[in-house]
Amino acid sequence: MSKIRIVDLYKSFEQKQVLKGVNLEIMAGEIMVIIGQSGSGKSVLLKHIIGIMKPDQGQIFIDEEEITSLSGEALTKISRKFGMLFQGAALFDSLTVAENVAFGLRRHTDLSEEEIQQVVRTSLERVGLRGVENLLPYELSGGMKKRVGLARAIAYNPEIILYDEPTTGLDPIRADAINDLILQLKEQLHVTSVVITHDMNTTYKVADRIGMLYDGRIIETGTPEEIKNSRNPVVQQFIHGRAAGPIVEW
Amino acid sequence: MEKQTWIPLNNFFYELGQVFELTIQGIKGIFQKPFEKRNFLQQLEEVGVNSLPVVSLTAAFGGLVFGLQTYLAFHRYIGPGSESQGGPIIAVGLCRELIPILVGLMVAGRIGSAMAAEIGTMRITEQIDALLSLGASPIRYLVVPRILASLIMVPCLTLYGDIIAIFGGFAYNVFLMKVNQTLYVQNTLKYFEMWDISVGLIKAVVFGLVIAVVGCWQGMTTEGGAEGVGRATTKSVVVASIVILILNFFLSKLLPSTL
Repeated sequence: MSKIRIVDLYKSFEQKQVLKGVNLEIMAGEIMVIIGQSGSGKSVLLKHIIGIMKPDQGQIFIDEEEITSLSGEALTKISRKFGMLFQGAALFDSLTVAENVAFGLRRHTDLSEEEIQQVVRTSLERVGLRGVENLLPYELSGGMKKRVGLARAIAYNPEIILYDEPTTGLDPIRADAINDLILQLKEQLHVTSVVITHDMNTTYKVADRIGMLYDGRIIETGTPEEIKNSRNPVVQQFIHGRAAGPIVEW
Repeated sequence: MEKQTWIPLNNFFYELGQVFELTIQGIKGIFQKPFEKRNFLQQLEEVGVNSLPVVSLTAAFGGLVFGLQTYLAFHRYIGPGSESQGGPIIAVGLCRELIPILVGLMVAGRIGSAMAAEIGTMRITEQIDALLSLGASPIRYLVVPRILASLIMVPCLTLYGDIIAIFGGFAYNVFLMKVNQTLYVQNTLKYFEMWDISVGLIKAVVFGLVIAVVGCWQGMTTEGGAEGVGRATTKSVVVASIVILILNFFLSKLLPSTL
């Protein structure tokens, strides 16, 4: 059963057409990795899925409910199905780690303060952090920020987790630890995951299926094996990281 | 060619419309739930309490120099002994014009810029997107507390500045220039009205709204990394200051001189 269905999505910013008819179906419980060049519109696509951006044209269905026309309380209700890890973690600077993780819980649940603190501790433990509740974001390393961002994303048991470049800016060991976390969370929480990245190590390690975004469209989808064996020269150039080939844009 | 000429004008009116919409949403948000109490209290402290030193200094020296010039004017043009008649002129001028303007410009420089920088940084580091992804409205979370705090605190600072500045003018005339204290106070009480203070406070409410809306708007529309934050910060001070100076003239013209 499809959890997310994107139909003919178009988006432009001023003169630049970023999405030119994206079609994609993501099944419940799978990890879909969307790969593509920097600036190809991967983050824009993710922000459409969560409802932060509105498309010029096209539809997005979450559990077969169309969301692009929603606003206000109806959109907030849908957004509770999502947790999102942002590229730079996007932790709120003025709030402590615990307050960051509790942010969604305080707004959308009737939990008591004691229960909220318990959920905060559990969420932080799930991402391998202890004793950091009272620290401020500037006191954390890059990897810790990503983990806290992930703890915030999973705190209110989302059905879908979106990862925007989860390993960018991390050293290979920390990056692999994040990859392990993505897999762990899928197993423990049975969530549907959408990962956007240009890191092929992450892609091969976590993906159930891969979709390649190029020139505003999803040009190919398949399992990691299928993508490795793709005959599409654009896909081959990207996954092997070659400078020479049909992709010439900088 | 003709089409290109109209583009900046279209953009200006489009942006003006957006600012107007933000203002309406910000004011409406004051009466809607959830109310971000913690952010509101932080902003009250930031706009009000933390601006006290700069407002004290500005008002004190504003009052002193206004007292000095009024003393000179009476001494030179009316004659020695007439200086005590300057009391009401000093009080009215300070409360209706100088202090609201000085406080408005000071708060625009100190707080409007901070609002633009903070919200602009949140924008470029995706914290505003994170708010949306967590089902929180950036308008209610960021803009409403700042607008309400400015609407309350800028008039409070103006009233506080009025008191300091009136005392400054009094101190210069009575303590330094030995003007007759009784006559100075009697003249002031005779001609100075509560309405003069009210005019300044009405202006301060408008200036508070301008400072918060311009600062928040510049922050919310920040683009282009650290350079963009710098641009938004500068623009927030320049735009708010110009709007305050222009509005001050029209408010002075529209508000009656006495009730």
